[in-house]
Amino acid sequence: MTLLVGSITIGLILALLALGIFISFRIFDFPDITAEGSFTFGAALSAALIVSGANPITATAVAFVGGFAAGAATGLIHTRFKINPLLSGILVMTALYSVNLHVMGKSNVPLLSQRTLFTWFESFSETVSGKDTLVNLIGWSVPAKDLWTLFFCLLIIVFFGLLLLWYFRTNIGTAMRATGDNDQMIRALGVNTKVMIIFGVALSNGFIALAGSMLAQFQGFADVQMGIGMMVWGLASVIIGEALIRDNSLGFVIAGAVIGAVLFRLLVAIALRWGMNPNDLKLITAAFVFLALVLPGFMKKTKKVKLIRTK
Amino acid sequence: MLVLSNLNKTFNAGTINEVNALQEVSLTIEEGSFICVLGTNGSGKSTLLNAVAGTFYTDSGTIELNGKDITRWPEYKRACHVGRVFQNPFSGTAPNMTIGENLALAAKRGKKRGLGWGLTSTVLQELKSRVKTLNMGLEERLDSPIGKLSGGQRQALTLLMSSWVKPELLLLDEHTAALDPKTASKVIELTEKIVTAGKLTTLMVTHSMQQAVHLGDRIIMMHQGKIKYDFRGEEKRRLKIADLLSLFDDLRRKDQIDAGVVELLMKNYV
Repeated sequence: MTLLVGSITIGLILALLALGIFISFRIFDFPDITAEGSFTFGAALSAALIVSGANPITATAVAFVGGFAAGAATGLIHTRFKINPLLSGILVMTALYSVNLHVMGKSNVPLLSQRTLFTWFESFSETVSGKDTLVNLIGWSVPAKDLWTLFFCLLIIVFFGLLLLWYFRTNIGTAMRATGDNDQMIRALGVNTKVMIIFGVALSNGFIALAGSMLAQFQGFADVQMGIGMMVWGLASVIIGEALIRDNSLGFVIAGAVIGAVLFRLLVAIALRWGMNPNDLKLITAAFVFLALVLPGFMKKTKKVKLIRTK
Repeated sequence: MLVLSNLNKTFNAGTINEVNALQEVSLTIEEGSFICVLGTNGSGKSTLLNAVAGTFYTDSGTIELNGKDITRWPEYKRACHVGRVFQNPFSGTAPNMTIGENLALAAKRGKKRGLGWGLTSTVLQELKSRVKTLNMGLEERLDSPIGKLSGGQRQALTLLMSSWVKPELLLLDEHTAALDPKTASKVIELTEKIVTAGKLTTLMVTHSMQQAVHLGDRIIMMHQGKIKYDFRGEEKRRLKIADLLSLFDDLRRKDQIDAGVVELLMKNYV
């Protein structure tokens, strides 16, 4: 049960990553691989700041700003110098690898004895529920602090989900969605699509860096490798969400991304518990996303064939 | 008022595919005038329209709109003053967004887009009453994605959107060419209604001579990147489809002989 609560918590943290991927992939149709660098960048910035004694909230906020800047760089390279989206992302991601090493000073920064957002959650739990309390949850006993942590993560993700939902309904947010949907149209309505793309990719990476920062604080270390495969991970979450919730309205899509992120994390946890080799994780994730991308089209084809046959 | 002076545009310069799409094109469109641009394929009529819209920059010449020199303005900046309807009915609307959202985007053309709520109830009310004027029953479907509508409906909405905030200039790029004849005539009817109601300065590219004869107060005929004929006032009103056809035939025949020969013949016989 502790494992389950922990998995859901990580799932909720990675839901921020899913929201970021949702912005770049679904809103803008921009395959943004900067994610892999900005995820680590967020973790690195927070870790370095926390180790040097900064307030965890400041450290987390700086992570968001850092990711935002990295995304803006990708957007700028793409719009200003007309470099293809994928390559723009690869350039920034590669550059960030060095930046991250510089920020952390080494390839791994432990945070175990530091004050982080999560030690705050734990001390909150201690004052409210007492030290080392176990809560009976449908027959399992779970440490109260884990449940409080889960609750705070849920609050955070709900807050950011609603924020995003609100933002994409405002005038500027609607213009941003239109940029991804039909850029010719929105340009003809007087919107600078380049600025929209830069800002959108920046926002996306801000969310991703936030996820990296929170994950580092949760697991107690930042590692220069932790961003690898994160883009596909986020994409898998978004795809699961879309498959589960077949409604295209914005609120549902955002909720779907969050639910997808949690479910995907659970699936992975279960698979690992059943004895899947952790080394195979990324291979299987990639295969999963491949299937998810290919299957809908394949199923349509077979359906058509069936229709023809019955005729 | 739109003033074009000596516009030149060459595509693929220096290659075998070099095209002089615009050659020293000068044109003045008075406030409130409705011009139809005719021309054969490749005559430069769409190029002219796109040059004004800012899809690309011209090689030389200047474009002035109501005293503003917009020659070097990017497309989106010009769009703050210019309304546009494209040939492709899918180009003018965002398919995955709702009718209401599309219209709300158009209602903000040229205005600041901030963090205010896009579809407020007052905006929605205005959308409804304006969409009602289309008589298509779309006012009840503001929540459905625009991609589900037919080409004609989308084009009608694009027309409404392009003129939502009164544009200083309305550009129509063969906006009925992709529609079936019945829908096309409906959209043309709507075009006339909107242009007359708003006294909009309009530049319409068309290949339908019927439209050109019946609509607007001036006809321009382009050929090989140049303005060949310019009819206005009484002359335009007397113009028949047959007249335009014979002018086209003339142009085509001239094409078949060498330019030098044409000059010689003109000198001797005309």
